[in-house]
Amino acid sequence: MDTLILYIAAVVLFALSAIKDRERTKKAFMKGLKALEGILPQLLAVLVFVAVILAVFDAEMISRFIGEKSGILGTVAAGLIGAITLIPGFVAFPAAGELLRNGAGTLQIATFVSSLMMVGIITLPVEIKYFGKRAAIARNAFAFIFSFAAAVFVAWVVAL
Amino acid sequence: MNLMEILKRYRAAIIAFVALAVFMFFFPSFGPKAGASLLEQARTMLLVVPPIFLLLGLMDVWVPRETMMKFMGPGSGIKGPLISFAVGSAAAGPLYGAFPVAAILMKKGASFTNILIFIGAWSTTKIPMLLFEMKALGVRFALARLAIDIPGIILIALALKAVIPKAEVERLYAAAAAMDIKPGMPANSGPKMMKP
Repeated sequence: MDTLILYIAAVVLFALSAIKDRERTKKAFMKGLKALEGILPQLLAVLVFVAVILAVFDAEMISRFIGEKSGILGTVAAGLIGAITLIPGFVAFPAAGELLRNGAGTLQIATFVSSLMMVGIITLPVEIKYFGKRAAIARNAFAFIFSFAAAVFVAWVVAL
Repeated sequence: MNLMEILKRYRAAIIAFVALAVFMFFFPSFGPKAGASLLEQARTMLLVVPPIFLLLGLMDVWVPRETMMKFMGPGSGIKGPLISFAVGSAAAGPLYGAFPVAAILMKKGASFTNILIFIGAWSTTKIPMLLFEMKALGVRFALARLAIDIPGIILIALALKAVIPKAEVERLYAAAAAMDIKPGMPANSGPKMMKP
C-alpha cells in the first residue's frame, strides 16, 4: 500500500515535472539513478545480513527469549533482538501482539518494538554512508538506551 | 569505472554473499528460511528504494535551497521541528529509506537538529504504523509509546547534537552537498547546488 502510493507519487510528479521542464526532469531522473547506484553496495550487503538474521530469529526463537516471566534478562534480550532485526511494522506488530497474548510481558514487548523501530544495527552500513561512523553509532546507542526507558513508561501506562 | 573499482566498491556485498553461502552450507536447515527472507527483503528493497531515490532527484532539481532553509533551516524557529516531525511521520517505508532523504535535506540547508528529529519521526512515529500498532497491541500501548517517543526523539536529537563535533557535522553537510558526484571527481565538476 505504502509502496503503491510511492509509485503513484513518483509517476505523477515526474509527469508534472516533464510538462514544466523536460531537461530538468531528465536531470532529476539521472540524479536519482546515480544516488541509487551510490548506495547499492551497502544495500546489497544489508540485504544478506537481514536474510541470515531473520532466518535465525524467527517468531519461535524470539518468543523463547522474551516469553512469560523472562524478567530483566528477557527485557535485555528483547532490546538486543529488536536492535539487530529488521522487520516491517505490519509484520512485527501482529507478531508482537500474538506474543503478548501468549504471555510475554508488556515490558519485554515494548522494549522489542521500540528498539526494532529505532535501532538498526544491520542497516548501519547504509546509515554510516550518509551520517558517518560517529553519528550513526551514537544515534543507535542513544536509541537503544531510550528503548528501555520508553518500555518502562509504556508498561507503566498499560498497567494503570 | 573499471572492474577493480567495481569490485572494491562492492567488496562488502560480495563478502556478505560469500558468508551467506558458507552459512547455508554449514546450516542447511536454515537454508529455505534464509532464502525466503532474502527474497522477501529483496522484494521490499527493490520496490521501495528506487522510487524514493527518483523522488529525491526531483526534489533536488525543483526545491530551491532558500525554501528549505525557510522551513527547516537553522533560523526556522519552532516551525522547523514541527515540519520535521510531520514529514518524518507521514513518510512511507523502512528506516533505511530515511537516510538518503536526510542527505538531500542537508544539501538543501535543513538544520542538523531538524534532520535528527526527522530521522527519529520516520523511525517510530509513522501515522499508518500507529493505527496498525493500536490494532495489534492495544490503544493504550500505542498511545503511551507515541507519548514517550515524541520527547524521546527530541532528547536524542539534542544529545546527538551535543556529542557530535561541529567539524564532523560540517563534513557530513559537505558530503551531502557532493552526493551525486562520483568519488574522486573534483567537487566543482558537479552541478551547482545553488542557482545564480
